[in-house]
Amino acid sequence: MKTWLPPYLLNGPALLIFVVMLVVPMVMTLILSFNSFDFYGGIQEDYGWHNYLEVVKDSYFHEIFARTYGIAIAVTLICIIIGAPEAYILSRMSKTWRSLCLLAILGPLLISVIVRTLGWALLIGNNGVINEVLLGVGIIDTPLKMMFTTGGIVVALVHVLVPFMVLSVWTTLQKLDPQVESAALSLGASHFTTLRRVVLPQVMPGVLAGSLIVFALTASAFATPSILGGRRLKVVATTAYDEYLNTLNWPLGAAIAVILLIANVVVVMSYNRYVERKYAAVFD
Amino acid sequence: MRRYDKNGPLAMGFNLIFLVFILAPLVVVCLVAFTDKGYLSLPRDGLSLRWFVAILDHPEFIDAFWYSIYLAIGSATLAVMLAVPAAIATARYRFPGRGLVMAFFMSPLMVPHVVLGVAFLSYLSRLGWAGTYLGLVACHIILIMPYALRLVLASVTGMDRSAEAAARSLGATRWVTFRRVTVPLILPGVTGGWVLAFITSFDELTMTIFIASPSSTTLPVRMYQHITETIDPLIASVSAVIIFITMVMMIILDRIFGLDKLLVGK
Repeated sequence: MKTWLPPYLLNGPALLIFVVMLVVPMVMTLILSFNSFDFYGGIQEDYGWHNYLEVVKDSYFHEIFARTYGIAIAVTLICIIIGAPEAYILSRMSKTWRSLCLLAILGPLLISVIVRTLGWALLIGNNGVINEVLLGVGIIDTPLKMMFTTGGIVVALVHVLVPFMVLSVWTTLQKLDPQVESAALSLGASHFTTLRRVVLPQVMPGVLAGSLIVFALTASAFATPSILGGRRLKVVATTAYDEYLNTLNWPLGAAIAVILLIANVVVVMSYNRYVERKYAAVFD
Repeated sequence: MRRYDKNGPLAMGFNLIFLVFILAPLVVVCLVAFTDKGYLSLPRDGLSLRWFVAILDHPEFIDAFWYSIYLAIGSATLAVMLAVPAAIATARYRFPGRGLVMAFFMSPLMVPHVVLGVAFLSYLSRLGWAGTYLGLVACHIILIMPYALRLVLASVTGMDRSAEAAARSLGATRWVTFRRVTVPLILPGVTGGWVLAFITSFDELTMTIFIASPSSTTLPVRMYQHITETIDPLIASVSAVIIFITMVMMIILDRIFGLDKLLVGK
């Protein structure tokens, strides 16, 4: 047998199914996004930029894209603010406590997003638990409106995605030499200075990697915005869904999907490049 | 606190609030599931199992549950069968395009699930495969391959090859060496990859909702359809059952692999 052949043979089956089931459908979607749609005749076999122009020109779509990326930025920032400190606290816990807390924080990642979103719907609904308690205690007279608001979506998405941030920062912290921190403290640095000047710079790659995951997943989130946002508060993913399964305007849905994919890839790539340049020393 | 716990009271307080935030929605789902009322409410006047019994009157949830199980078993098994040779090729050979092939197999992680759903729907309906078991399995394989491959690759890379060399020098054929030496050594990684792939497939909603038909509805899709119509204690009890099953699996996984290792893929 030739020496160069085995790796290709071993990769062959997986490559074949990836070409047939990933490359071909994606290329077909790209082509579909240039077709036009007629309410009576269905999908037309012509090609043009009209679907993209519609998304670029229509303020309806501007609002949806602005909302989606606004939510993504908010969720990412909140995840950094609460996830990174939590990871640091975890790293300083005794072993038993830590494994218990890690189980509680990472465990929900394995539970379906739909179940976790339902939990938030039960909490923040107009007849939900939070309103039930607040009304019962007498703090408020009328139920607070939290369901079908952007704030509700943000909180629930933070809940769904913050474990990724904790995990990412926690992994970086594990590589950290605890003696460096002790050295800073023994040389007279205050606790806060040690945290800011010694720990924080070293965990930044973890924070940045976590942010990327959280941002990309929020920007393409479907179930949580769909359930907690209702019909009115649409995001990009729910819009593509509606175009496909309700309006049946597949070409427009395909164009929205292509834009979402390109936007995500551009953000991830430019972010990676920025991080690599800035933290080249840390990664080497 | 203990001797090795270096957190102050402020940090412990933060940790407590964080844990409450993470667990509250799940606890609420479980509490509401035990309500004795006919509507959404906390079980204030006593616990009741009526909504768990009610699941039995809704075969659409039970059917969807089994469909999800079959789909996850089929796609996780096939994904692992594709991942093992691919991992061996990547770990043991230097060949042109090696990095590219790996990036290609990991690329589904970069593609939003809604984009995959859009692409698969038009593709499968053109092939006439929409809503079929094989069609869904093929789509799920793409989706879960990165998870399976990452863990399998880690175990193949970390494997000690001297045992293989010993078996070969003692006259074992390539196949016997693979089956009796290599497979047992990489089995933990393969099992971990399979389990993670299984869970990912079982939980998937966004992509599956595009390609599922009434006769091939998975549990998350069925639940989504139910929630968009009405949120009632029934859906809470279905969710509570899922939480319970996942927790049992999670504790087993944590005991065998360590949950953080499994999720990071080291």
